[in-house]
Amino acid sequence: MAGEKRKGLQLLDFWVSPFGQRCRIALDEKALPYEYLEQDLGNKSELLIRSNPVHKKIPVLVHDGRPVCESLIIVQYIDEAFSSSSSLLPSDPYARAQARFWADYIDKKVYDCGTRLWKTKGEPQQQARKEMVEILKTLEGALGDKPYFGGDEFGFVDVAFVPFTAWFLTYERFGEISVEKECPKLAAWAKRCGERESVKKNLSPPEKVYEFIATLKKKFGIE
Amino acid sequence: MMKRNLTTHHSATLSAMERQEEDEDRVKLFGFWSSPYVYKVEWALRIKGIQYDYIEENLENKSDQLLEYNPVHKKVPVLIYQGKPIAESEVILEFIDEAWKHHGDRILPEDPYDRAMARFWVRFGKDTLSPPIWKWFTTQGQEQEAAYAAAVEQLQILEKELDGKRFFAGEKMGLVDLSLGPFSYIIPIYEEITGVKLIKEEKLPSLLAWMDNFLNSSIVREHLPPMDKLKLRCQAIREAFLKNTN
Repeated sequence: MAGEKRKGLQLLDFWVSPFGQRCRIALDEKALPYEYLEQDLGNKSELLIRSNPVHKKIPVLVHDGRPVCESLIIVQYIDEAFSSSSSLLPSDPYARAQARFWADYIDKKVYDCGTRLWKTKGEPQQQARKEMVEILKTLEGALGDKPYFGGDEFGFVDVAFVPFTAWFLTYERFGEISVEKECPKLAAWAKRCGERESVKKNLSPPEKVYEFIATLKKKFGIE
Repeated sequence: MMKRNLTTHHSATLSAMERQEEDEDRVKLFGFWSSPYVYKVEWALRIKGIQYDYIEENLENKSDQLLEYNPVHKKVPVLIYQGKPIAESEVILEFIDEAWKHHGDRILPEDPYDRAMARFWVRFGKDTLSPPIWKWFTTQGQEQEAAYAAAVEQLQILEKELDGKRFFAGEKMGLVDLSLGPFSYIIPIYEEITGVKLIKEEKLPSLLAWMDNFLNSSIVREHLPPMDKLKLRCQAIREAFLKNTN
């Protein structure tokens, strides 16, 4: 049993993780069947530790027994390993570089700043609020008047950012940021993405994200 | 050998428009003499045999051009290709590999799984290995000791991955080698300044050999930062950090 390599795709994930959701959305966009394996992050499974010994984090995609870690690396892997179905990245090298730049920007900025928004109070929270508005406005600038970040088609950058739209309500309630007010084009983009099957199916309902964070706040003794 | 061209090299017989078109076609790189991220890009351009114009930035007084080309991060390196900017060294490296697919050696492997692994180790270097090394270099006492231990732990993981190979990518250097490459000269400088050895032969023999392989490779040895100048800069950085925490 130990030496056997399981065929097919498995995703080790945690229900509310926006990083995991990127992978789920990518898999669905490519119409790839996979087995979803919810992980208990407080009591990590042997499978998780074996699949990601370096970081012991989710998401991990296991393909024919071989693990791929880090959400954006997983999404690119899915796009490259299953290249016959519609591409998430454009074909032109310059356009690909732009897509990678913005996905990297989202990775560097959104989650950290979002966390500070609900985890802090007073001055640090004010700072986080200012930063988040700047981040959202920068992304709105990158979007411009296009329907999606990639242009006419839903693509890599959209996949990278869309799970965080489920967190807008949480940012609003804990961080007092209205995305609708500050970045109407971004809010419209979020709504547009929300109409896609892959997004509808895989994003956490915003109220559930809010409840989850509210519980975490209590646990950490914040407010 | 590929040299940095500081001026375009054409005769006055070209019309202004032709000159502008030609100028737009030239690959340009905005950089800073001590930035390891800039060197990664320059080595990649050399692997592909691409000529480029180099523009040295004064990071304390950034040029309007740089701020226009990289308004989001305002950093170097920025590569200009056909008049259009690309920022972030890892993004630039992948771009170079794809834009000049049929020139020189591959930078990323062909197989999707191997590509995913290369990207993983690049990220590891950036997110997991760099922070404790930086912390070790910029602190002292208990904080420094803790950072040292953390750095060694991550280096041991890397050692296992390298496993005696000449380069992370195999016989020839690739993305991971370029990305981690600056450590091969930065760590010895840090060791000299702090008086502490981070990469010991008994514990990290593959990494030690790799550092040598990297520095002596034809691509790298022709193009390294001025070491004496760099050492002084690193020393000043360490002193500034220690001052701030007191």
